[in-house]
Amino acid sequence: MRENTLVQTMKHLEEDGESQTPVVIEPLKSWLSFDLRELWDYRELLYFFIWRDIKVRYKQTILGGLWVILQPLMPMIVFSLFFGLLVKVPSDNLPYPIFTYTALLPWHLFAYAFYASSGSLVANQSLITKVYFPRLLVPLSILLGGLIDFLIPLPVLVGMMYYYGIELTWTALYVPLFLLLTLLTALAVGLWSSALHVQYRDVHHIINFSTQFLMFATPIFYPASIVPENWRLLYGLNPMVGVVEGFRWALLGEGQPFHPSIFVSVPIVILLLISGLLYFNRVEKTFADHL
Amino acid sequence: MNDIVIRVEHLSKSYRIGQLQPYRTLRDALSNVGRLPKQILRSSNQREARDPLLWALKDVSFEIRRGEVVGIIGRNGAGKSTLLKILSKITLPTEGRIKRYGRVASLLEVGTGFHPELTGRENVYMNGALLGMKKTEIDRKFDEIVAFAEIDQFLDTPVKHYSSGMYVRLAFAVAAHLDPEILIIDEVLAVGDTAFQRKCLGKIDDASKGGRTVLFVSHNIGVVQALCSRAILLQNGSVFMDNNTAETVGAYLRKLEGFAGQDLATRTDRTGKGLIRITQVDISIDDLSPASILSTGRPARFVFSVDQPRPGMSCSFTIYDQHGQPVTFFDSAVHGRGDVAGPLHSPRFVCELDELTLLPGRYRINAAVLWNGEYQDHLEAAAYFNVEDGEFGGRPAPKESGYGTLLIQHRWTTPKLEEKL
Repeated sequence: MRENTLVQTMKHLEEDGESQTPVVIEPLKSWLSFDLRELWDYRELLYFFIWRDIKVRYKQTILGGLWVILQPLMPMIVFSLFFGLLVKVPSDNLPYPIFTYTALLPWHLFAYAFYASSGSLVANQSLITKVYFPRLLVPLSILLGGLIDFLIPLPVLVGMMYYYGIELTWTALYVPLFLLLTLLTALAVGLWSSALHVQYRDVHHIINFSTQFLMFATPIFYPASIVPENWRLLYGLNPMVGVVEGFRWALLGEGQPFHPSIFVSVPIVILLLISGLLYFNRVEKTFADHL
Repeated sequence: MNDIVIRVEHLSKSYRIGQLQPYRTLRDALSNVGRLPKQILRSSNQREARDPLLWALKDVSFEIRRGEVVGIIGRNGAGKSTLLKILSKITLPTEGRIKRYGRVASLLEVGTGFHPELTGRENVYMNGALLGMKKTEIDRKFDEIVAFAEIDQFLDTPVKHYSSGMYVRLAFAVAAHLDPEILIIDEVLAVGDTAFQRKCLGKIDDASKGGRTVLFVSHNIGVVQALCSRAILLQNGSVFMDNNTAETVGAYLRKLEGFAGQDLATRTDRTGKGLIRITQVDISIDDLSPASILSTGRPARFVFSVDQPRPGMSCSFTIYDQHGQPVTFFDSAVHGRGDVAGPLHSPRFVCELDELTLLPGRYRINAAVLWNGEYQDHLEAAAYFNVEDGEFGGRPAPKESGYGTLLIQHRWTTPKLEEKL
């Protein structure tokens, strides 16, 4: 049986021209030496990482995948009761539950990617110190896993829109654009936090409290319109402001399509993303030395 | 076709001493805020001055041809694992480069990526993908992997419920079916049961017969001698010798001897957690005659002193002959008749033999201390001793004969023909 495999592999090797090109291992020459082809070659492993994370997350749970839906649903109920009914926070003339639920979906995607990325390299350290694969797969797999968690509770939103009689309009076509912006923002902060965390374990603690803080600095349970004019610029430094407002506008038709802060936050996100990629790329080659 | 599979050119790898700390806190970095951005982005000149460089590898060059089985030997800290890490791209060199043709699999990855919550089936896919197999390739080999691991009926059980034997078998089965062009084996033979070790050895043999290139990194000189035709001796990060196995192993053993005179407490080539360290090894015939020359058939006494005795610690040591082959092994954790347990915090382990059954010659001891299930200290060549001629069971011990190193108590008879055998 073993000889059989051997013959198979030998054949496989002969067909495989790849084995003739050498792998060159040398010091990092430039900050910009990205190997996109390699990333593409490892796409199956990316898929396996996402698959593993999802599998493991809901093993030994009674509710299993239901948790994905409950995660944004629970805060929605709490916020609706507390802020909607008791404090009577304005909600741009929208029913409060759907007002806050629409914001919670992209927020969860962002917060999850931010939080989970930071510890991801350390959590996978037994792999990183023993096997080679592009380290970028780790934060990427977390981001895409978060995307799946984002997509699954979407039908609940559709059901709520139906219940409240809100019709989808052409503005929904903008949803992918805002989703992309969410993903890029989450990736940018995820890259920074995961790479920094390898060297500085403080990052995990900082993220813990800064996600809470950022949640207040994002119009999730209140409309962005209540923020005073002269604070807008500072407010816009939080990239999630424009994203959350955009989601509300695209799906529910209220608010501004492009909250002015988006013109501040988009350049910030792009800057964070590029610098994050550069930094990650720079330090990934030596992660194994630090873990 | 190019026959060289691995070409290592002037490879060097340095670490900053500071980098070897497990991790830093932001506070350290923030203590000089002005330098922070620079420090994060690029090692600055100031850091170079503060943290001295440690060269794990220095100007290493060699070539390995297709189908060669090469042993890489050297003492702890000689740079063996750094070399392997660079070879498998886990970390990058500081200078120089490696050109490598073909897929590398390393048996130090046995079980890497196994997730306890995932089932056997799921782990085969996860592990296979990590080792660089495509999904279609795993599909093709799946049945064979499962058959090899003998775990058919537990395929859909999470591996956390596996026995350690099943776990290792499955992990090994995946690695064994990777069929890489270059196979790296790093000290796996030090772990696992004998059956697993035999499986590993079998795999190495298969691989080399199938034209694979094998790099074998081990302290086990016996195995290196048995498997490798060529050996590279690393010392302080450089190639000290690159020759046939017999020559290189000889040089290595002579090197080890050179350290015998050194004070144990000051030696840095040790491995283990380090909570307890061996500070001294005394060898004598008995507690009355402190002579470091033993003789065949007479008593022998080995005393190991440690610096931080802890309850529950144990001591083990192995005796090697002058060719580097292990002769026998002693372990204080395995109790026998006649063992005497002293105070819990005794700083000494004493191992006494009534009759030394070693043939005359020169022997080496590797010693280790275990505590809390982990190696606290492991020292190669912790001591050397000579065994002189003596008498064993009433007969004189044979001179070094080249027919082994051990004597066994025995009796000869020459019965008459009619007597029953």
